[in-house]
Amino acid sequence: MSVNILDRVAAGKADKSDVLIVCHKKEAGHGVKVTVKSSVRAFFGKHIESLVARKINELQITDILVEVDDNGALDFAILARLEAALIKMGHNVTKPLLDDACFDHFNPDFSRLRRSRLYIPGNNPDLIINAGLFGADSLILDLEDSVAPEQKFDTRFMIRNILTCKNNFLGASERIVRINPLSCEYGLADLEMIVPARPDIILIPKCETADDIIKIEKIVAKLEQSHGIPKQILFMPLIETARGVINAYKIATASKRSVALCFGAEDFTRDIGCERTRDGKETFSARCSIVYAAKAAGIEAIDTVFSDIEDSEGLRKSTVEAQSIGFCGKGLIHPGQIRIVHEVFAPTTEQIQYANRVMQAIEDAKSRGLGVIALGSKMIDAPVVERARKTLELAAKMGIDTAKKEVR
Amino acid sequence: MEMIKNALGRMVPSEINGRPVKPYAGAFADMVSGKRKAAPPIPRCFPGRVNKVINGLDAALDKLPLRDGMCISFHHHLRNGDYLVNAVVEKLAQRGFKDIVLAPTALFPVHDKLIPYIESGVISHVEGSMNGDVGLACSLGKMKRTATLRSHGGRVRAIQDGDLHIDIAFIGASAADCYGNANGVLGKSACGPLSYSNVDSLYADCSVVITDNLVPFPCIPWSIQGGNINYVVTVDSIGDPAQIVSGTTKLTKSPTQLLIAEYAARFVDEIGYIREGLSFQAGAGGISLAFNVYLAEMMKKKGFTASFAHGGGNTVLVKMLEEGALKYICEGQCFDLDAVRSLRENDNHVESTLSISYNYHAKGCIAHMLDIGVLGATEIDLNFNVNVNTHSDGLLLHGTGGFPDVAAGSDVTIITAPSFRKRIPIIRENVTTVTCPGELIDVVVTERGICINPKRQDLIDKTKNSKLPIMSIDQLMDEVYKITGVPEKVELDDKIVAVMEWRDGSMLDVIRKVKT
Repeated sequence: MSVNILDRVAAGKADKSDVLIVCHKKEAGHGVKVTVKSSVRAFFGKHIESLVARKINELQITDILVEVDDNGALDFAILARLEAALIKMGHNVTKPLLDDACFDHFNPDFSRLRRSRLYIPGNNPDLIINAGLFGADSLILDLEDSVAPEQKFDTRFMIRNILTCKNNFLGASERIVRINPLSCEYGLADLEMIVPARPDIILIPKCETADDIIKIEKIVAKLEQSHGIPKQILFMPLIETARGVINAYKIATASKRSVALCFGAEDFTRDIGCERTRDGKETFSARCSIVYAAKAAGIEAIDTVFSDIEDSEGLRKSTVEAQSIGFCGKGLIHPGQIRIVHEVFAPTTEQIQYANRVMQAIEDAKSRGLGVIALGSKMIDAPVVERARKTLELAAKMGIDTAKKEVR
Repeated sequence: MEMIKNALGRMVPSEINGRPVKPYAGAFADMVSGKRKAAPPIPRCFPGRVNKVINGLDAALDKLPLRDGMCISFHHHLRNGDYLVNAVVEKLAQRGFKDIVLAPTALFPVHDKLIPYIESGVISHVEGSMNGDVGLACSLGKMKRTATLRSHGGRVRAIQDGDLHIDIAFIGASAADCYGNANGVLGKSACGPLSYSNVDSLYADCSVVITDNLVPFPCIPWSIQGGNINYVVTVDSIGDPAQIVSGTTKLTKSPTQLLIAEYAARFVDEIGYIREGLSFQAGAGGISLAFNVYLAEMMKKKGFTASFAHGGGNTVLVKMLEEGALKYICEGQCFDLDAVRSLRENDNHVESTLSISYNYHAKGCIAHMLDIGVLGATEIDLNFNVNVNTHSDGLLLHGTGGFPDVAAGSDVTIITAPSFRKRIPIIRENVTTVTCPGELIDVVVTERGICINPKRQDLIDKTKNSKLPIMSIDQLMDEVYKITGVPEKVELDDKIVAVMEWRDGSMLDVIRKVKT
């Protein structure tokens, strides 16, 4: 055991579904003492006390006082806080306190739909435990902007436990973690904790050069190897500076792991020194550049977040515009925004009917041995066929019954 | 006193505070054959113009037939903005009265000031709904005698059947004339209907209207009629109507609550109830209000008009009414000031008495005309029994409201609740307290699963191919336990601090003292 044990260390907070754990160093002979204050004490007081005591004993810590101030935290959150506190205190914790890491939901997949990517502050278990219920295509557990510097350390344990917990709190959504930039003091530690927990995607903020991606790829590949991770974790570079926009194509092609380029308008407008407006004229050119760079690299582009949760018409307008210039998805900060975004990105009945007619025309032409395909008075060429195929593919992915919508 | 096992298997007493009572025998059992209703004393009209006005509460109390052990009643139309209950009890305490039975239609956090009077014995017990600290005091065994909890309809019945005799009814009114005609829609303290007090005005030995807005005779509309009123007392203020909007009557932003409301609305759609002429009631609480929003959206999309909404008026219903998506609102209380305005101005927004709305011992009630009832809960058990009064630790913290009446009356009764609050699961093997028997509950909607009562095979059939997360209630309980862990069993004291009375006056369950 380490000799430099701190006198008093705290982790977490007694917010709803969370817990504040305070550990006090005690002199030899004091023994292990756990006190539990809890809003659910009548139901889980004994359980919490024995859980914490058992973990302390397993670590062979002999003299300590652990004060638990609980407000309905589930075990994964209690153990995340306890582990963070013990490590900060100087104890040697060699394996996660959460038993039986579960990786059943690890499924990095290039071809998923990414219409909606919902940000969840990584240090807020109350928001996380229901995050999987809303049908977002992707969930982003955030370690970066929504987490204060003094909470970064604790948050890593929370996110790792969420990803590896037997209970699947993230539903069928793709699991993304936004790390801190490698250039700051937190980035490397984020990767070392998060990669072994196997998120599907790492969202890399403030990407400015190809090198930003290459450096991270090296670290990730090494961690994957040492932890025996069977599939490659994917990347999603987030571009939010002028320099990043200029280098967007190089960023997009820096790694085969990148599935999409994302745009971040908040930091971008700050970087170029202008106000962010509702209609977003100031970012229009940058957003187009990112779409072109992504498409040239053969990947998707995803638009910035829409941050006014009250303004559903504004969200619809912004999403329609994003779709019209080539983005395949939108960033979100509230589950209530998901439905609108999915509605906008769904092919219309007219589009599906037209696509069905195109495919039918191809079948007809084939069966009659015709080389030239016509629909009504219009010739059908390769791009039209390709678009029809994509429309039907998208509709099928979204669970829309394409056959039913055919009107003949 | 003897303890008897009732039809739900709960042990209930054979008498309450010396009054013999029967065990619950079923939701629609016959407890009345050959009985007649109670009646108030016969009054007389003296010759000459009538003026019943007394200036100030003190002067009024000088005239009233006050005594130890009397039962006094109040309405809760001003909800958390009420000034009168505290003021009257304080003055009675100053005059040295004790053992008072308090029979309000409900109490709110503003009434936490009554605690010292409960502890000192000025108030012996409460007959009616209790929210917050008064309920807590009851749970901790601080009331001298056993409290009785009743639903809105149950309270009307108890008064009419003579189980609850009111000596003096105090009726706050935002407008009243010298004769005692009164309403709650005019004046600075307008709070909506005065319907809760209708039965009190008819059956109490002495009925007193208290107003901060004396208007020329006749006061129209007259929710309370002067022919039933003994005195009209003028005061500076009866309360703050801004406080009728509380946490339970605000639209929610919680994604989980919105999801539950959306599931409930989609369920209603899938069973074919989104249709012309739909009637519905969705109570207070964030989920219920959000349900109204989704329902309105669906009705609008399909071009249907709802026939009537019952229960608490609120801004969502008013919007539906004004946009023509809803023909009538029949209500007993207002949950916000938009509803108060609408009740005052819109002829299709009407006040209904609690007897007409909810009373089982009436010749029909509006609740029995409902298609859909959406209600909240603190616990639901594997037999679909519902608890809305106590928390799982046994603490009595909520009133009953119209829950049992709506559940008994609606074609489809839907409970909406999160599957766990903090770490505490909502679905349990057995509820702590039965507020409403499971036979009246058709569907439970949570964010993690929707459970249909096996008694409703018709609903099960209709939703066979649904994409909604429909599962058995046992399965939902197990899934939630996997997340939360299984809670420890809470030991309660043997002492009975309150009883849950069913709509018909029978004993549904008891509430026991919480160990401290």
